[in-house]
Amino acid sequence: MARAVTTRRKTVNTALAWMVAVIIFFPILWIVVLSFKTEGDAIKAPLEVLSAPWTVESYAVVQERSDYIKHFSNSLILSLGSTFLGLLVAVPAAWSMAFVPSRRTKDILMWMLSTKMLPAVGVLYPIYLLFIELGLLDTRVGLVIVLMLINLPIIVWMLYTYFREIPGEILEAARMDGAGLRQEILYVLTPMAVPGIASTVLLNVILAWNEAFWTLILTAANAGPLTAFIASYSSPEGLFYAKLSAASTMAIAPILILGWFSQKQLVRGLTFGAVK
Amino acid sequence: MSITIRALLGACAVSALAIAASAETITIATVNNGDMIRMQGLTDDFTAKTGIDVEWVTLEENVLRQRVTTDITTKGGQFDIMTIGMYEAPIWGANGWLVALDDLSAEYDVEDILPAMRNGLSHDGTLYAAPFYGESSMVMYRTDLMEKAGLTMPEAPTWEFIREAAKAMTDRDHDINGICLRGKAGWGEGGAFITVLANSFGARWFDMDWRAQFDQPEWKEALTFFVGMMKESGPAGYATNGFNENLSLFQQGKCGMWIDATVAASFVTNPKESTVADKVGFALAPNHEGVDKRANWLWAWALAIPAGTKKEEAAKKFIEWATSKEYLALVASKEGWANVPPGTRKSLYENPEYAKIDFAQMTMKSILLADPQHCCVKPVPYVGIQFVAIPEFAGIATEVSQEFSAVYAGQQSVDEALAKAQALTTDAMEAAGY
Repeated sequence: MARAVTTRRKTVNTALAWMVAVIIFFPILWIVVLSFKTEGDAIKAPLEVLSAPWTVESYAVVQERSDYIKHFSNSLILSLGSTFLGLLVAVPAAWSMAFVPSRRTKDILMWMLSTKMLPAVGVLYPIYLLFIELGLLDTRVGLVIVLMLINLPIIVWMLYTYFREIPGEILEAARMDGAGLRQEILYVLTPMAVPGIASTVLLNVILAWNEAFWTLILTAANAGPLTAFIASYSSPEGLFYAKLSAASTMAIAPILILGWFSQKQLVRGLTFGAVK
Repeated sequence: MSITIRALLGACAVSALAIAASAETITIATVNNGDMIRMQGLTDDFTAKTGIDVEWVTLEENVLRQRVTTDITTKGGQFDIMTIGMYEAPIWGANGWLVALDDLSAEYDVEDILPAMRNGLSHDGTLYAAPFYGESSMVMYRTDLMEKAGLTMPEAPTWEFIREAAKAMTDRDHDINGICLRGKAGWGEGGAFITVLANSFGARWFDMDWRAQFDQPEWKEALTFFVGMMKESGPAGYATNGFNENLSLFQQGKCGMWIDATVAASFVTNPKESTVADKVGFALAPNHEGVDKRANWLWAWALAIPAGTKKEEAAKKFIEWATSKEYLALVASKEGWANVPPGTRKSLYENPEYAKIDFAQMTMKSILLADPQHCCVKPVPYVGIQFVAIPEFAGIATEVSQEFSAVYAGQQSVDEALAKAQALTTDAMEAAGY
């Protein structure tokens, strides 16, 4: 009897989970559907849209008008570059906070997180002026630095959470065996924290990939990533839903595929340390 | 040095110069409108003529505004040309942010640009942006539904006729709304529409002492009329409909009438995009009975050069190419006269080929009727029809239009919205020192 109830509950839960998943995924699915329709068909009622003939016309136009490869490589460089640079700063920072905390460690962590609460536009002018001064406008280097700074609090927080799960005694043992600080972090701590670092990398690559304020404001013709590629298909006077959808599909496809294959690590990363 | 070596060195110098000349690249920020996309596709013609390469940065309208304002005020120098509107051109020109276009070549024939466009893009008589395409607003209606309703659209209808016709054309069972109009918040969306409607009811934004006028009876009459008509014959949820939403509804055959930008005429009559392409008629924007002012605006998407660009000469060459008579002929030769950017040059409307296009004459009449120097029946201290050409306007009008959209959504009454609009406009204008 108890087993029957469990099965029913399981079925209900599974059905509910699928429903939520479908609701969340539906807008993306609809974008993909619209991208394979003509502009004329894309504005029709949903059922008529589905029955309209499928075409790759919009993809051909987008391919012809925009340099997808350039935008894609910019996205790749920005997201990987900013995450790698972030790790270089965050691993030592998280190590010190996790293993040699001071009285102010908690405050520093909270302060770092609080910078995420500042509206980006509030620092637009100072950053823009700095970029002009340093000649960084519309350069990938400039954007890598900005994206790294934006995501740094999250990287530090995530790594700090993972590092705290690692027994300090292991590091102590390494020290007693004569390991220096660099060796301790590189050869003892990092290998043990690989799953945590992998989740942090994944999440930050996604965050940097999707960033759509600074990547639009600080770029022009050279360093624009896929967010700029999508934005160029939005129109105040004219309906280009099919082309906009094709551009969006092309922009989100790589990250969607990455997310699909790494969902286990992502879920683990996001829930790690959540239940004690 | 032998002759051969000299010749070789000379050839090297010439080719180096040629490479330097062809290496010049200008960057243009623009919006993703159909005419701009077409221009991007034809840029090779410009490069072939001048050796100047062009790089495009296409952005969403609001992002573009934020982007170019940031760049221009910080002298970032990211763009050599930017696409701006009639609202920004005189204000930015007055601020010294734009290069004056007062030395365009004789062949360019600046006198051929329609005076309304030239004046709207000038400050103190100096042109700061060249119009790429211009627009007014007009009535687009379904000839079949009008006939079915037993009515005939006059060339110059009144609001009262439009309301009656809308009621007669409405067929909710078949998903047909008599009239589709903008209700979306935003100074350039629903804000622009309700302003021209109010103008045609005798209202104005400010009196000669810059006092807000929302407490005057004309505004109440205009807003009450609009809300009443939309309730009777408008689509559900019109409070969030802007240009694109209404375009979509009209193209799907769900609107009897649509009053909006003249540039929409080429979209709704394009059989590739519109299901009602062969059933569309055009008329002038309406006026309120007894008021000698029609509800049509004037707008231009124009090309301007930000002060501080290092490529001013190349940028001017591009503007002369993109807004010239020759460019119009080039588009016509490639894509037909219906796709030529409208509303900028007198010569286009004197062209017999262009006159054959259904909506061409109505567009021209609408543009000629719009006078940014005299938007309203009563005297005003400002320039602009659907906007007031002062820097504070965009912020104020966006808030006012949000209040009005709340009326359209049934969240507050006309009186409440007008009282709030009056208060917030008065506060903002006082704070700005008017």
